[in-house]
Amino acid sequence: MTPELDFRRESARMLAALARVLGLHNLALAEDVVQDVLCRALQAWKYAGPPRDASAWLVRAAQNRAIDLIRRERTRREFAPDLELRSEYALAPTVSALFRENEIEDDLLRMMFSVCAPNLPEPAQLALVLKLLCGFGKREIAAALLSSEAAVEKLLARGTQTLAKPGGLYEVAGREQIGRRLEAVQHALYLLFSEGYHGSARPVQAGLCAEALRLCGLLAQHPACATPRTLALLSLMCFHAARLAGRAAEDGSLVLLEEQDRSRWDGALIRRGFELLDRSASGEELSEYHLEAAIASCHCAAPSVERTDWARIVELYDLLLRLRPSPVVALNRAIAIGEARGAGEGLAALDALRQEPKLAASPFHPAAEGRLFLKRGRAGEAARSFAEASRRARNPAEAKLFASLRDKARGG
Amino acid sequence: MPNFLYIFRGGAMGRLSPQELQQQMQKWAAWVQQLRQDGHFKAGDPLEGGGKVVRGKKKAVTDGPYAEAKDLVGGYLLVEARDLEHATELSRGCPGLEVEGTVEIRPIASMSV
Repeated sequence: MTPELDFRRESARMLAALARVLGLHNLALAEDVVQDVLCRALQAWKYAGPPRDASAWLVRAAQNRAIDLIRRERTRREFAPDLELRSEYALAPTVSALFRENEIEDDLLRMMFSVCAPNLPEPAQLALVLKLLCGFGKREIAAALLSSEAAVEKLLARGTQTLAKPGGLYEVAGREQIGRRLEAVQHALYLLFSEGYHGSARPVQAGLCAEALRLCGLLAQHPACATPRTLALLSLMCFHAARLAGRAAEDGSLVLLEEQDRSRWDGALIRRGFELLDRSASGEELSEYHLEAAIASCHCAAPSVERTDWARIVELYDLLLRLRPSPVVALNRAIAIGEARGAGEGLAALDALRQEPKLAASPFHPAAEGRLFLKRGRAGEAARSFAEASRRARNPAEAKLFASLRDKARGG
Repeated sequence: MPNFLYIFRGGAMGRLSPQELQQQMQKWAAWVQQLRQDGHFKAGDPLEGGGKVVRGKKKAVTDGPYAEAKDLVGGYLLVEARDLEHATELSRGCPGLEVEGTVEIRPIASMSV
């Protein structure tokens, strides 16, 4: 079965191939070609809908535009310096070879590696990934990252300028060459997924998670990029994505872990997560992605919150804290301690984090406290904690959830 | 029933994101499908951008039309409706209106009295 036509995905594919052929310094030109091809497609298909081979049609149109453009401009403009584009005999065959399916997939990877350059700040990398690899428009990026359109525009303009300086796309070949950039790519995809899974803009943006999963899947298909770290990252994404359907209710409100209907979790994704986690254990390396995937696997394997292996989760958080010390990890560890060793120890662990400046604005610290107060029957303190969590909420869905917990604590 | 020509102009396609373009396409297809189903659709197609213009006694041929984007005709439909008012009402469903496009509604000339 052919996958459903998706202009976003098609635009990313065309753009990657065009950037390869025209050179990364001609990115703006490549974007114009994509826009033009999509506009023509809209025009041609708007009365009767797209044809069966719409995807192939788009790629062919982009390819022909590229050939025309190079033919017209090659004496004035420099295109991809490593390609034989000057001779009329070589031009069409060279370009059409680069628009083949497997070449385009490699180009997407090259684009991913190009975008995750060390001289680009993380927010710019994220915005560029969304634009160039996911086919998002400015407005859509602004909505996804809870930013203004003007700010996104600035970010993209500066990012594109930085990208445009060196010659071609980042060559994804050779272990050393790949190794230098791979961690940055993994990190950008991790951030993209996190923004979808528990970002500040909206509680759940399944679309962002799906994009991160798709791009990480591409990475995992490339023999040299499919390192244990990559497989662990993909495993982590599978475990989390599997639970997305349970995390948000029909009306968009958040559902607590203990109240989630686990039968709605995606069994196929969980199986894939376990399979990837197995494969990721082949090397020597134990990365933060391995640990986070292992923690997520404990949740996915458990029939309920009570019957979750919390002792194991605490151990994994201990390891994670040693590898990547962070207040957020410490907070999650304290929550796990509350489940594994009882509310008293959990409250003590949370108390130790009270002065942590990075948690001062987090709604999850008081929320975790509230939950443990409730367990100990201290309803008044629980209500106060949930009220504080609600004040710190990052979006209306969180505020609503914590306010309802506050009311419940008051009532009970 | 009398016939009317819809002439579609403009539409800020260049500024739409891929997803918005796809949504436009889907909305157009649904709208045209609905006109067919309800028996209003007689004929029509979208138009390509370029073309030729022939002018005057000398039949001089130029490339074109190079109108401003907002004035450029992007397609036409021949529809059947009760009267001009009905045809106008039907045209309000045109998805191009959402992206700064216009619909011109012209009765097909007839000698019936």
